[in-house]
Amino acid sequence: MDLLTFARGPALQWALVIFVVGTIWRLIGILLLPRKPDFNEPRSTHPWRGALGLIVRRTVPKREFAGPTAFGNTIGYVFHFGLAIVVFGFVPHILFIRSLTGLHWPGLPSGVIYVVGALTLAALVAALVRRLSHPVLRLLSNADDYLSWLVTAAPVLTGLMAAAHWGGPYPRLLAIHVLSVCVLLAWLPFGKLMHVFLVFVARGTTGALFARKGAST
Amino acid sequence: MSEPSPAVDEPTVLESFQQNGFSRRTFLKFCAATASLLALPAAEAAVLAENLATKPRPTVIYLSFQECTGCLESLTRSFSPTLEHLIFNVVSLAYNDTLQAAAGESAEAAREDAMRKAWGKYVLVVDGAIPRPLDGAYCVVGGKSALASLQHVAEGAAAVIAVGTCAAFGGLPLANPNPTGAVAVQDLVRDKPVINLSGCPPIPEIITGSVVYLLSFGVPELDEHRRPKVFFGNTIHDRCYRRPFYDKGLFATSFDDEGARNGWCLYELGCKGPTTYNSCATMKWNGGTSFPIESGHGCLGCSEPGFWDRGDFYHPLSTGRWGSGMGEKLAVAAVAGAVLGGAAAVAGRQRQKARNDASTQHPDHPEAK
Repeated sequence: MDLLTFARGPALQWALVIFVVGTIWRLIGILLLPRKPDFNEPRSTHPWRGALGLIVRRTVPKREFAGPTAFGNTIGYVFHFGLAIVVFGFVPHILFIRSLTGLHWPGLPSGVIYVVGALTLAALVAALVRRLSHPVLRLLSNADDYLSWLVTAAPVLTGLMAAAHWGGPYPRLLAIHVLSVCVLLAWLPFGKLMHVFLVFVARGTTGALFARKGAST
Repeated sequence: MSEPSPAVDEPTVLESFQQNGFSRRTFLKFCAATASLLALPAAEAAVLAENLATKPRPTVIYLSFQECTGCLESLTRSFSPTLEHLIFNVVSLAYNDTLQAAAGESAEAAREDAMRKAWGKYVLVVDGAIPRPLDGAYCVVGGKSALASLQHVAEGAAAVIAVGTCAAFGGLPLANPNPTGAVAVQDLVRDKPVINLSGCPPIPEIITGSVVYLLSFGVPELDEHRRPKVFFGNTIHDRCYRRPFYDKGLFATSFDDEGARNGWCLYELGCKGPTTYNSCATMKWNGGTSFPIESGHGCLGCSEPGFWDRGDFYHPLSTGRWGSGMGEKLAVAAVAGAVLGGAAAVAGRQRQKARNDASTQHPDHPEAK
């Protein structure tokens, strides 16, 4: 079995199994945790509206902090939106999702994806440099942060390398790209990358709670 | 390696052209066409002509083993140089059991005679895989196994050219379950330069061009699969005329939809052009008429090792090879995750309850008083 066949076959299958087990384990484990009873009269009868509102509002930086957080916010936006465009806009990726779920949609031209991919990688590198050079961020960072950065940046880098045929024959580069995605899928539920899902749970819960209390968000 | 060399008293290539009634001008045209085929720079084209003018025709022995004769069929459709040009003017084809007039013992005797005269200097061309078990009993020609023939003839060869995917990588005979224990030429010939010209069949001009290059300059630069980089240096996808549609995100989604009629990219239909190194998209077939993708079918990747076992001909390259029961596996994974999550939540509740109980029993707690 050659490397590409292994990557597209057993490696991807096991990575998905680990991803599904880990994600559902963590989500259910968190969602079923007991909550303290709240005996106060609710100020709002629409907690879902509060939850959805906070999920949206917290994606927009607060005006008061816009200046000091501009750099971090900008690179954060670039690589988050960049990753979304690359993952959900590149036709080969859409075909991958279709083979799993049956869902598909029109893709973007490859040239757009390559440019966005390069910008995404640059933003990821900038985020790492900032994390390493900022004394407070460095103090707050642990191995999970760096590992999560690595498994996120690796598929972008290897994908660009495969597209450019840079570093070896294309089948080998494609296999390495697919393997890097396998590592990302396998690690995602167990580290900070789980925020892909938990960001909605955390913000939604907070938003619903604030709505109930009638607090400003 | 020893340079491929002629049988005794063979005329040079130029002399051979002239003996057959061709002018020097025709010879130079042949050299120019071949240099163009090989993508040689202008200076190298002159060297090619000079070498062919001064070097005698080398002896070539062409052995066929586990094959379908498709490679030889392909070779007979070479347009530039043509097979006739090649065997009448450029090489001395001493043995090929399909093309030669001789048959039976006289053919084998002619081969032995040619080998003896050019021992250590002839070029061996092999077409087909070689079965190894039972002393090669699954493929016997003229009372001699393919295994024994290859070992015997390769011993005196200056270089070996494995023509076609079967000879280069084992091809279909080697495919699972490989009932005859077939192997590729490079698995058996270890002490001679082996040049793989893969493809099912290979492009004819790649065969003729490689022979001419070997005669003029020696073994060409090879890739990791021992294929000449001049022919196998780029993927079909990179040189495909449908590539602009890939870049625009325009794909045929079935063999008879609007995209197929408009000539859009066949990636979604399983084309393996991105992972296949060959010159199909540029050299094409039948004198540059067409190639499979131009005829509306995706590339199968026939010039890559293990292409048949890899299969997957009609699935896009970017999809996983899920096999059967992937949905069930993921469903089991989801259930396992739910059970684990439920167990984790129950354990969390129990821990919290234990903490609360301990807290209420604390002397300072209002309920304890």
